[in-house]
Amino acid sequence: MTDPQICLEACDLSVRYGGRLAVSGVGLRARRGRILAIVGPSGCGKSTVLACFNRLHDLNPACELRGSIRLDGQEILRPGLDVLALRRRVGLIAQRPNSLPLSIGRNLTFPLRHHGMGRRVDRQDAARRALQRVGLWEEVKDRLGRPASELSGGQQQRLCLARALVLEPEVLLLDEPCSALDPLASAVVEELVASLRGNVTILIVTHNLAQARRLADDVAVFWNRDGVGYLEEQGSADAVFAAPCSLITAAYLAGARG
Amino acid sequence: MARCGSARCDRVIDTALALLAWLVALLVVGMVGWIVADLLRQGLPRLSWAFLVELPGDAGRSGGIRPILISTLLILGVCLAGSVPIGLATAVFLAEFQRGHRGFGPLVRYSLDTLAGVPSIVFGLFGNAFFSITLGLGFSILSGGLTLACMVLPLLIRSMETALRAVPAEHRLATAALGLPQHVSLLHIVLPAAAPGLAVGLVLGIGRALAETAALLFTSGYVDRLPDSLLDSGRALSVHIFDLAMNVPGGASQASATALVLVALVLLINAFTGWAARRWLGSLHSTTF
Repeated sequence: MTDPQICLEACDLSVRYGGRLAVSGVGLRARRGRILAIVGPSGCGKSTVLACFNRLHDLNPACELRGSIRLDGQEILRPGLDVLALRRRVGLIAQRPNSLPLSIGRNLTFPLRHHGMGRRVDRQDAARRALQRVGLWEEVKDRLGRPASELSGGQQQRLCLARALVLEPEVLLLDEPCSALDPLASAVVEELVASLRGNVTILIVTHNLAQARRLADDVAVFWNRDGVGYLEEQGSADAVFAAPCSLITAAYLAGARG
Repeated sequence: MARCGSARCDRVIDTALALLAWLVALLVVGMVGWIVADLLRQGLPRLSWAFLVELPGDAGRSGGIRPILISTLLILGVCLAGSVPIGLATAVFLAEFQRGHRGFGPLVRYSLDTLAGVPSIVFGLFGNAFFSITLGLGFSILSGGLTLACMVLPLLIRSMETALRAVPAEHRLATAALGLPQHVSLLHIVLPAAAPGLAVGLVLGIGRALAETAALLFTSGYVDRLPDSLLDSGRALSVHIFDLAMNVPGGASQASATALVLVALVLLINAFTGWAARRWLGSLHSTTF
């Protein structure tokens, strides 16, 4: 029986690249509408695991997955699954803002159009709402026809967030969304992520423990043993930060390791 | 080599290097200038509107080059119609579906690189045996154009593949993460973003095709009358230049004038291709929202 509170669940997930084991035996649970922060040192497979949740690893033929991932109780690793529909439900924001080489406006209307929103007025309306949601509308409303590459890094990352939100995903995967941004832009994006709590289930990979403390409802700590990443500990943010069960987590959170 | 550590000595070496670089660059520009100046000196007096629209007379010593110009454009048209779809499709296959160093891709690349090194006269013999004789197309514009298509394919594919690979992988990742299928990403993002690079490949291919003589001697022939159809024989500009320069005493100035037309044609086509590519790229930033 699946817990209705659990939106996304990975069981005994292992990832291999070209035969080499990269991540082993991960069991991860993300609660519906909550923010799960995935923390840990570099090279412990946080981003690798994150990309599995919307099957982006399919793009890499050398990548091989074992185990199970369930979204609302439905297995998403089974062959024959409509991957494009899955990716519409589970959006991903990359580490570096990757706006498409289109105008600011078309960055949002382009995916909508190809997902079957036929009327231009509807697309424009949805795009406007998404831009308002990320607080970008006032900044860009007079230059929607300009290339998105003209925006600053922080603005581009918010545009990417708007582009993901315009498709109304149930889950958002954020892979260190602030790591390429300056502190001010980073704070804006962080506020935005916090504002999505309750509406969207969020998994955020971050190196910034202070950010994880501020944002997360739940925390998963990844670690690395002999070059293979694994999940060391997970639980509610309060519990993990206040009284970690594992010595490794305690040392990592105290800044003594990692 | 003796070491020279003093600041003065370093300055002398730097200046000498800079001078050498300038000298070599000047030499290159000088060579191009010399060729163009020579062509202009010999050909310009012969060049006129009548030269472009009249039929050649007296084995090319008098008259114009109308049938030759038309044959050339027809041969080029057949060549591009044959090579661009196949070239682009293969480049997409190599760049989008065979990015790694395993599978079928490396074999295709190796075959193309080998083909690129084959002398054009060999392509001419192949075209003659295959298109003219086996397929029964005879000495025709179709035979010549298709032979040229085979010849420019390796160049076209490799440069187009490079252009497609230069499109950042993030764009493909971004479209995939939005749940968009690969063909949407390819048609609406990758191809337009690669347009300037694709145009460079096209320009290189067109340049090579227009310059080709040897492969055409055996395939499209060198009859200098106006072709009735694609199955008729026709003489290309490069073949005309070769014939006037080598076989027709007193044809040198006509050859220079024809060469000027050829150079102008290449420049014109290059400019048009560049313009079209910029327009395609510009379509990405269409102001419609």
